[in-house]
Parts: sequence; structure tokens; C-alpha cells
Amino acid sequence: MKKLAAWAILLLGMAYFILPLLGMTEFSLSMKRGEYSAEAYRVVLADPRFAQTFVYSLGMALATIVFSVLLVVPTAFWVRLKLPHLRPYVEFVTLLPLVIPAIVIVFGYIRLYNTSSWLPLTGTVFGTNLLLLLGYATLALPYMYRAVDTGLRTIDVATLTEAAQSLGAGWPTIIGRVILPNVMVAVMSGAFVTLAIVIGEFTMAALLNRPAFGPYLQLMGANRAYEPNALAVISFVITWACMGLIQLVSRFSKFDKARA
Amino acid sequence: MARQARRTVFRTNRTFYRVTDTPSPASPPLAAPARRRLPLTWLGLLPFALFIALFLIAPTMKIVIGAFQRADGSFTFENVAGLFTKSILGSYWISIRISVASSALGCLIGFLMAAAVVLGGLPKWVRSPLLTFSGVASNFAGVPLAFAFLATLGPLGLVTVFLKTHLGINLRAYGFNILSFWGLTITYLFFQIPLMILIVTPALDGLKREWREAAQSLGASGAQYWRMVALPILFPAILGTFALLFANAFGAVATAIALTGSSLNIVPIMLFAQIRGDVLGNPHLGYAMALGMIVITGLANVIYIWLRMRSERWLK
Repeated sequence: MKKLAAWAILLLGMAYFILPLLGMTEFSLSMKRGEYSAEAYRVVLADPRFAQTFVYSLGMALATIVFSVLLVVPTAFWVRLKLPHLRPYVEFVTLLPLVIPAIVIVFGYIRLYNTSSWLPLTGTVFGTNLLLLLGYATLALPYMYRAVDTGLRTIDVATLTEAAQSLGAGWPTIIGRVILPNVMVAVMSGAFVTLAIVIGEFTMAALLNRPAFGPYLQLMGANRAYEPNALAVISFVITWACMGLIQLVSRFSKFDKARA
Repeated sequence: MARQARRTVFRTNRTFYRVTDTPSPASPPLAAPARRRLPLTWLGLLPFALFIALFLIAPTMKIVIGAFQRADGSFTFENVAGLFTKSILGSYWISIRISVASSALGCLIGFLMAAAVVLGGLPKWVRSPLLTFSGVASNFAGVPLAFAFLATLGPLGLVTVFLKTHLGINLRAYGFNILSFWGLTITYLFFQIPLMILIVTPALDGLKREWREAAQSLGASGAQYWRMVALPILFPAILGTFALLFANAFGAVATAIALTGSSLNIVPIMLFAQIRGDVLGNPHLGYAMALGMIVITGLANVIYIWLRMRSERWLK
């Protein structure tokens, strides 16, 4: 009886999750009347704006990941090693982007870094891209910091640092060649979450007027019927792949630990 | 009362005065080693602190301060007072209702699903895929999610058409419209339920078998165990997650815009339009709207953090 109820709840719940995915896929395949075809995908992939915006977002994601790693790994390392009493405060700060809605943050950017301000980032294309990158880095901060900090917990930071120092290593060498390889798995999982967030992000890119994938999706959604669903399927597959890779990477790390 | 307040201010002033003043004659021998170490350790946090200050705190403060300023920079409450018009209050109200409905349903359904998997005696292999899927689905928000639901429950959607042609049920005749309160709520559930599952599963794991056995040996029925033991223990965790889901739904912009365009005036959509083109006719009213969002999501998160600390007392 209990088992039956449990199955019923689970299956009903799964139906709710699977139906929209099914609906989306079915819709994306039915561009030609009366038969299933990949026509919508063909149209989407042939659209030069798809490639442009997708490559732009992918580039932004990679840049964001590089920036986040450069910012978060040394910071988390330093806090663990030298300033452990500040850890709760730093952790609290890294969670703030979950509290302050993205739309508010980007609103602040627009007002603070416009052309008539002291740091006119929105005045140039490069500046706006940089601002968007920094915005993405704030959005990714809670996930990236948490992942790296968890990774650092599993290694003995102090001993590794002292060992490296006694061999004559400076700080860049310690962080780049001792700490980073040891938390690579954590960094990777943070990187994949960042990729999943950035690739379809809409609010910041739209309000900063950058040609990213998210605003392109929204534009297609407002004007077309079938193509948006093909795009949605593509971006779902990307999200799924990112999360799957995280699982794979963390499973790989378990194997690693067992061997060591 | 006022005098007392003034006295406290005075006293704090004096303490400040004393703290800054005394080190010069007395403390050089004590302060010297600290002074040599401090600058170095602080430098390590400088890039991070700079990043946070410039791209998280400063923009937010700009909005908060701007909400209390006139165009010429003078202090005013007019903007905040300006929020109390029918249309803006209405948009806050519908936003709050959607957030409450989607987080309440998300909590309930997510709880039931997690309980089914953890306590319902389902085979072990169900659990890991469900958690993985929840991780994916809770990140599948934004524009694509709106498309998925339009293709399912929209006028030509999979479910709508199926119900009409095979079962003779016309959803529209029942007043259902995807571009409405319930449409948006059902769509938000797609990322609300998984988030609840992800958070509540560990809490359910924390329910000790001994508690149930102790209750049973004292003659409690299953319902009594849930009502008097399990739910009171889980309550802070559930309520805390509710607050988190609330903030999550309240700040969601992309899904709402892609789903409804501008046909449903919820706060994020209105703020988006205001930033794009000053539709309210007063730039500083936009600041005040944003401030309202920060206050509401901030409150929800304070409740979440507080209740989480309470729940961790039991679930160790």
C-alpha cells in the first residue's frame, strides 16, 4: 500500500517533468505539416545569428570561467590558510548574489558604469563585454566558491603549502602548480555550472544590449513558432550535458580517492 | 527617549575618540608584530574584496540610495511613497501571489516526491537518477523553460491538443490560459520542485529510525508519528526552503518575459521595462521598485538562513 502510493507519487511527479520536455521536442519536430522532420533544426542551424550568438555566449562563458577560477581559487585558498576566522563572512558574501536578483545587479551596473560616470564601461563594446563578464562572474560566484571551498576541505592546505615553500616555491607556483591541480575536480564542477548558467542567461545580456544566446532565444520565441523549441531542445541538451559531466567528474574523483 | 538616543551617540563618539587616540603612547611594543603581518594577509583578499565592492555592493547600494533621492540628488521618500499606486502595488501583489503559490506547491510536491523515494520503500536505483535530474531541472530555468511549457500547455500544446481531441476536454473552456497566474505558477514549479527535492532529501535522510521506533513502542500510529515527531522536526527545514523558493520565484525574469511577454505585470517584468525605457516616467521610481525587490527577497533569505540554523540543531 505504502509502496504503491510512493510509486504513484513518483510517477505523477515524473509525468509533470517529462511532458513539457516531450511537448517541446514534439513541437520542434513538427514544422512540416503532417510529418515529423528536423526542419526546424535545419532552419535554426542555418541562421547565422544562431552561430554568432551561441559562439558569443560560449566565449563569454569560457572567459567567465577563467576569471572566476583566477579570482576564487586564490581567495578561497588564502582564506583557508591565513584568515580562517573570516571564512563565515566571506562565505556569506559569496551567497549574496542569490539574495539580490540579477535584474537589480545589472540595473546598478547600468547606473554606475554608464558613459557619464567615473568608470564609463558601457561606453565601448569591450567595456560592456567586460561588464557582462563581471556580472556573470557574480552570478556564478555562489556555485564556484562553494565548489572550490569544498574541494579545499578535502586536502591539507597548510602542509602542502609548507612543503612547497620549503622547496622554494613562491605563491604563484603554490597556487598554480600545487593547490589548483589538487582541487581540479571541484573547479571543473564549478566551471560546468557556470557554463550552464551563462550559456542561456537572458536578463543581464538583454539589459546590456549584448548579442548573447539568451536574448536571441527570447527574440525567436516572440516571432517564430517551431524554431524556438528546437533551440530549447538544444539548450536543454547542453544543460543536461554540463550536469552529466559534473556527475562524471565527481564520480571520477571518488575513484581517484579510493585508489589513493 | 530622544535624549537617551543622543547620549548613546555621544558615548559611541567618545569611544571612537578614545580608540583612535590611545595607541600612540601605550601600545607600540604590542602593535609592532601585528602591524608587520597584517598588511600581507590582507593583500591576499584585496582582489576579491575589490571585485565584490565594485560589482556587487556598489551597484546594489547605488540602487538603494537612488531610491531615496530626487533627480537632483536631494534626499526624499517620494520614490518609495510612489510605489503605493494601484498599478505598482498590483504588480507586487501578483508577484507575491505567484511566488507564494509556486513555492507552496513546490514544497508540497517536492516533499512528497522526496518522501516517496527516501521513506516509501522504492528500489535504491531510483534515488540517484532523481537527484541528478533535479540538479539539471533546477538549472533549466530561463527562456527555454517558457518554450517547453508553451509547447505543452499553450493553445496548440501537446497536452492541450491531446485533451481536446482524445478526451474532449477543452482547457480554454475551463478558463485555463498559460499566460496567466496559474500558467506561470505551473511553469515555475518546474524549477521549484527539483530545488525542494535537492534540499529536503538530506533532511529526510536525517530522520532517525530510532525516533519512529520509539514513537511506535509508545503506541503511536503512523499519522501520529508524522504529526507529533517527524513534521515538527522537519518543519524549520521545510519552511526555510519555502522562503528560498519564494525568493527564487520572485526574482525570476527570463521565464516570465519569454512566457507572457508583457501581458502579465509582475514586478520583474515591470522593472525590466522600466530599465529599458522608463515606462513609469520617473527613473528614480525604478530604483524604488528594485529596492522593493531587494527587501522582499532579502527578508525571505533571512528567514531561510534563520530557520536553517534552527533545523540543523536536529539534523546532524
